[in-house]
Amino acid sequence: MSHDVSNAPSSDRIPPSTTSPVWVKPLLISVVVLYLGVLLILPMANVFIQAFSQGIGAFWDNLLERNFLASVRLTLIVALIVVPLNTIFGLCAAWVIARHQFPGRTFLLSLIDLPFSVSPVVAGLMFVLLFGRNGWLGPWLNSMDIKIIFALPGILLATAFITMPFVAREVIPVLEEAGSDQEEAAQTLGANSWQTFWRVTLPNIRWGLLYGVILTNSRAMGEFGAVAVVSGNIAGKTQTLPLFVEDAYKQYQTESAYSAAVLLTLLAVVTLIAKELLERKTRVKPEEKDA
Amino acid sequence: MTTTPLQSSQNWNPLRWWGQVSWPWRITVGYLTLMLLIPMTAMILKSLTEGPVNFWQVATDEVAVSSYEVTFVTAFIAALIDGVFGLITAWVLVRYNFPLKRLLEGVIDLPFALPTAVAGLTLATVYSDNGWIGSLFTPFGIRISFTRLGVGVAMLFIALPFVVRTVQPVLQEMEKDIEEAAWCLGASPFQTFYKVVLPQLMPAVLTGVALGFSRAVGEYGSIVIIAAGIPFQDLISAVLVIQKLEQYDYAGATVIGTVLLIFSLISLLGINFLQVWGRRHES
Repeated sequence: MSHDVSNAPSSDRIPPSTTSPVWVKPLLISVVVLYLGVLLILPMANVFIQAFSQGIGAFWDNLLERNFLASVRLTLIVALIVVPLNTIFGLCAAWVIARHQFPGRTFLLSLIDLPFSVSPVVAGLMFVLLFGRNGWLGPWLNSMDIKIIFALPGILLATAFITMPFVAREVIPVLEEAGSDQEEAAQTLGANSWQTFWRVTLPNIRWGLLYGVILTNSRAMGEFGAVAVVSGNIAGKTQTLPLFVEDAYKQYQTESAYSAAVLLTLLAVVTLIAKELLERKTRVKPEEKDA
Repeated sequence: MTTTPLQSSQNWNPLRWWGQVSWPWRITVGYLTLMLLIPMTAMILKSLTEGPVNFWQVATDEVAVSSYEVTFVTAFIAALIDGVFGLITAWVLVRYNFPLKRLLEGVIDLPFALPTAVAGLTLATVYSDNGWIGSLFTPFGIRISFTRLGVGVAMLFIALPFVVRTVQPVLQEMEKDIEEAAWCLGASPFQTFYKVVLPQLMPAVLTGVALGFSRAVGEYGSIVIIAAGIPFQDLISAVLVIQKLEQYDYAGATVIGTVLLIFSLISLLGINFLQVWGRRHES
């Protein structure tokens, strides 16, 4: 693709979009607006309209329901445990991948990405087959009276599995971009590993890390499939917020389902806004990339 | 920082290696082993205890085969449709300026961020017989929610950002010079698009379609809500796994789950291959 194009007219004079018929641009824009409207925008607007269709009062009443509050509590507990855990793992994995060359590096990278391509249901099933009543460790866990499946530990394991790649994924490129020169300089000047990490590495990767943490949190709070398999879905006990939404819908408590859905949608909107802001901060400028 | 902890010596001792490496290595390898390798091995071993004959019988059972057909064919069609509309969307977002562009740009990632249960709930309502969009189709006798079409809509929803976000950067980096050269040499805008632009974008479009397809095949949350889960009609494999688990048919769930797992591993390889091909295409 390296033709000599130095004599080609510059893009200022003949923008390609003006060379196509006038109707192409409005037509394509309308197609996109229609497609995104029907598939994404209308469904999102519908969440808010349904939730407030009975008025704000009904919405609040639904939010004060006992099982609903229990599901919010469980969702927060899960996020509070899983997000830090996966942040530590993600930082370690990103450092290992970005700062070393070793045989099997590509394999390790694909392994970290694996949870993205495994169906959430299969992810949950793996833990059931390991810790469930008929699983490999089932009889032993039973004799020790430890409950993992249909209890909090199972939900934590499934959520941690699903959200494992996010932090590493976001931190690896910024870590590679930052290079190791500053870290080496710090170490030469006598800083120990912790000091180097806190004072040099962390400030360099902070926006990428924050973005990874936000994505992890969003998925941890919203995960449905994997949690549905391991949680047992006991209302008020092992029901997370997404499970509450589905359960309420299946029991024809549509308003209640939509009230909970509003919270999850707001979480998604906040995540998208944060993503937009952070991407602007972490975007690798093309000139720097070439250098 | 420059040492390679995995020295390729002849007699490599994992225990000695573990003692020598720093904590990040231990955490990475330990966590991956506990959370990923052991559960995956447990599942594969469990499916092996079924024996090949039994495994084959369960995996090719009538209901199972119909669930593969519903899952894979619907996901494939949905990914292709998203391939076309995703390409148009990426094109419009990169090449044109218009009011509300920022809103569209932001909304693209909604399927990544919105919990799948919420997606299923709201799609089921909007596309139901008396929903905003579903009611437009009712006069023609077309039902969307609780049929295979509903499964398709949920898959369209889930797969779209993969195509747009894979094509967009490639389109952004693409030199306009070649397009202009083609145009100067007398090619019509459509010839320019088909002969010059599309071939350059094809690897990215295919990668996006493959990513979306792979994601749509594994999707559960939104489909379990928008579909009725009736065998031979709109029952997908992931829902079948759950149905089998609910009937305490662990062996059946394991077999179908293993089939899905093998598919994910193969698609992971395929997508890696597509990405390598795309990178070679670019340079």
